[in-house]
Amino acid sequence: MLTIKNLHAEVEGKQILKGINLEIGKGETHAIMGPNGSGKSSLASVLAGRENYTVTEGEVWFNGKNLLDLSPEDRAREGVFLAFQYPVEIPGVSNLNFLKTALNEIRTYKGLPAIEGRDFLKLTKEKQQLVDFNANLMNRSLNEGFSGGEKKRNEIFQLAMLDPQLAILDETDSGLDIDALRIVSNGVNKLRDAEKSFVVITHYQRLLEYIVPDFVHVLYNGRIIKTGTKELALELEERGYDWLKEELHLKESV
Amino acid sequence: MINSNEIIDDIANKEYEFGFTTDIEMDIAPPGLNEDIIRFISAKKNEPEWLLEWRLKGFAAFKKMQFPSWQHFKMPELDLQALSYYAAPKKKVQLNSLDEVDPELLATFEKLGIPLNEQKALAGVAVDAVFDSVSVATTFKGKLKEMGVIFCSFGEAVQEYPDLVKKYLGTVVPHSDNIFAALNSAVFSDGSFTYIPKGVRCPMELSTYFRINAQNTGQFERTLIIADEGSYVSYLEGCTAPMRDENQLHAAVVELVALDHAEIKYSTVQNWYPGDKDGKGGIYNFVTKRGICKGNASKISWTQVETGSAITWKYPSVILQGDYSEGEFYSVAVVRNKQIADTGTKIHHIGKGTKSRIISKGISAGRGDNSYRGLVAVGPRADNARNFTQCDSLLIGNECGSHTFPYIESRNKTAMIEHEATTSKIGEDQIFYLNARGIDTEKAVALIVNGYVKEVLNQLPMEFAVEAQKLLSITLEGSVG
Repeated sequence: MLTIKNLHAEVEGKQILKGINLEIGKGETHAIMGPNGSGKSSLASVLAGRENYTVTEGEVWFNGKNLLDLSPEDRAREGVFLAFQYPVEIPGVSNLNFLKTALNEIRTYKGLPAIEGRDFLKLTKEKQQLVDFNANLMNRSLNEGFSGGEKKRNEIFQLAMLDPQLAILDETDSGLDIDALRIVSNGVNKLRDAEKSFVVITHYQRLLEYIVPDFVHVLYNGRIIKTGTKELALELEERGYDWLKEELHLKESV
Repeated sequence: MINSNEIIDDIANKEYEFGFTTDIEMDIAPPGLNEDIIRFISAKKNEPEWLLEWRLKGFAAFKKMQFPSWQHFKMPELDLQALSYYAAPKKKVQLNSLDEVDPELLATFEKLGIPLNEQKALAGVAVDAVFDSVSVATTFKGKLKEMGVIFCSFGEAVQEYPDLVKKYLGTVVPHSDNIFAALNSAVFSDGSFTYIPKGVRCPMELSTYFRINAQNTGQFERTLIIADEGSYVSYLEGCTAPMRDENQLHAAVVELVALDHAEIKYSTVQNWYPGDKDGKGGIYNFVTKRGICKGNASKISWTQVETGSAITWKYPSVILQGDYSEGEFYSVAVVRNKQIADTGTKIHHIGKGTKSRIISKGISAGRGDNSYRGLVAVGPRADNARNFTQCDSLLIGNECGSHTFPYIESRNKTAMIEHEATTSKIGEDQIFYLNARGIDTEKAVALIVNGYVKEVLNQLPMEFAVEAQKLLSITLEGSVG
């Protein structure tokens, strides 16, 4: 579904991604871990098309299309969803109005008619219950005055509503207490199926106890330095990242 | 991914939709401002002696006055002698029958989306259409008359209801109020007159549509609305003008009078020609609008959506004379290219227990310059007066300006005055967030702007709120932070 080949990217002249290779198949869940500043969130931003990142080398293919050629909105319409680490507030724009606009933009792109008001409300109710999102927040302005946890839960609600093929969760667990973490993870697990793939970016192994990944990759200094299964996450939890860094330095000095 | 500069150029070059001219034979007075032209206008309109006297008093006051210098823009050079003060379609206008109106004029208004044919008109909206100096038609007059509502052109009111006009004309905006009001008093051509009798809730929206067409003319109309005890009226004005390279002056006066328990809601959607991207041409919109809540528990509410004009300079105000009377001001002012707006309101709390609410939303794009200027004055008698002011500015791009000049004068210790102000920029983060949900940048800006002005647009009558929303999207098409 998603193929990343030798991806290099910089921001403000600083090289952040230094040759990422990653293959994500349909229905798979990949966790990307790594210490602070390793380039995890940058990878998410580059995939979603944030303007201040420049791709200097490499390719990204999504369902046979060159993702890097597409505008951010077309990437979203093709089925790439980024759950933001810091969702922005947009005063005066109601959550529902925003979602309806987004859903209809995606539908128009796919050649589908705009969703009927009644069907939209039905869908809203169904998804809101599925991911356990507070119904009172749906009519409020987009993220305005939401707590950190509410914002993250809104990201998952949007994910449920827009039904993408690939969802990238950028440190969705940061700033969540244990209850909110469980609710968010339950929501994500309910959305997992054979058609949908997930990239879960996280700092801590804790999230992966709830969202169990098929693969775990360790990102360090702009490169994936180790790939394994969920056991790798446990090992990292126990031993930290330093042993990996040392292993890497040893390899490089040989 | 679109470059912001390209997009900003794009809006700058956006065409003005209503810039066409109507080719019609006109009666145009020779240019020049003097007593003769005032006598000419008055005679042309068959006015009584007292009104001519009043005009001449206005002219005398005008001659003693200077252009102000406190405004936050450079006063453009105005050659008032070069203007013609009277322009009217030649064909005799029969105000009682639409069949007599020149079909060219009907076509013009139809093209502007204001059909004057009652069958085609928006249900529930009566329109007075003003073309250059004169009112060409007023719809639904008969139906309104059944309820005792008077809604007609100003000229007609002078002939048919001279006592009412005489009683209220100049009582809210005196002939010597300011230089443009004095000029208007001297040379005003036409406008709308409305009287709502005691206890009547006007059954439809009343509206005036102003169209400037002729070249080298100014438009000086007067609107007078009187809401008698316990009555209610909602009134809306719209305006457009052709695209011309030279600037044109629009110096109107609007007076509102609300008696005991009466309520007047006055809405404006102003879309005069704004000039081109280099600031060439466009209307100077220098208007004096003021209402008085004369009666106890009366209410006046101004709502304005200002998207057009090269310079918009106006402060729709409310004098809260009656005890427990209420004044409101809701404003959206948009500037782009080299447009200038210096607008706001003045609220004078005189009676006790008076309340006011000011919501101002400025949007600046391109090289536009937007100023909010407002006065809240509380007099010694105004016990427990309350005011709430919220004054927000939204910036789009890096070359625009936004300024706030709030004045507060309180002479009563029991008054409560609140002022809140914010300045924000449409952030790239906000745009990217919406992009990442499949919404393109154009739509994202429209969504954010509409969210920002919602509180004001909600005050407009339904059909016009939709129109205003569209107008804003078109005006700001392509702007990014």
